[in-house]
Amino acid sequence: MASAKTETIDIKSSDDVVRVRQLVRACAIEAGLSLVDQTKIVTAASELARNVLDYAGGGTVLIEVAENAGRRGLRLTFADSGPGIADIQLALKDGFTTGSGLGLGLGGAKRLSNEFSIASKLGEGTRVTIARWK
Amino acid sequence: MDRIPILKMGDALLVTIQVDMHDRLATALEEDLTSKIVASHAKGVLIDISSLEIVDSFIGRMLDNIAAVARVLDAETVVVGMRPAVAITLVELGLSLSGVKTALNVERGIALIQRRLETPEAVDGVGED
Repeated sequence: MASAKTETIDIKSSDDVVRVRQLVRACAIEAGLSLVDQTKIVTAASELARNVLDYAGGGTVLIEVAENAGRRGLRLTFADSGPGIADIQLALKDGFTTGSGLGLGLGGAKRLSNEFSIASKLGEGTRVTIARWK
Repeated sequence: MDRIPILKMGDALLVTIQVDMHDRLATALEEDLTSKIVASHAKGVLIDISSLEIVDSFIGRMLDNIAAVARVLDAETVVVGMRPAVAITLVELGLSLSGVKTALNVERGIALIQRRLETPEAVDGVGED
């Protein structure tokens, strides 16, 4: 699981969500993902970046062009120091939201990824990692 | 602040979304479109998203909102030009855009609105086929 290229971006404003999308797209192309796979990971990144902004007030994303069992791809780790998620299973359900969104962000991002993991502690923050392989 | 141009084409308004949307731009577009529908007595709104590389739930919600407000103002919204990869992703994400009509391109979108104008007795509803 070697990482060829890594970048970290701060997510502090709506403009940063746009920057995350652009950089994830560039890295997805570099990793050799197909157009549909690029679109999926960029969309998932957009959902998660917006979650970081809306629910935690900001955070970071680590973008890695990586390799897994001989398949190249992209791994993204979103981290924030927000309030954390009380019930992760509930948060993953479509339609569940504590904000004003559609409640598709987490579950949608999971469906759009080959790998998905989430860790959260109340009062400490949330970390979501997704990956899409070629 | 940036604004997305709204063009009048006959009885319809045409909006071409070419930039990465952010919150303020989306809100501005909703407001601009609403006043323009009233001012121009438009019967239809065409939103061309052929330049958009992704549609996430934020954009999806904006499209749904615009369609809902336009419907209240007696105008029909048709989203046109969605890219194939965007369509695949949108469905997997869980967004069906059920409140929005779609057409393959601007031409077909206009035809859809035109048909509606020719049958004014047709009753519009969310679950319409």
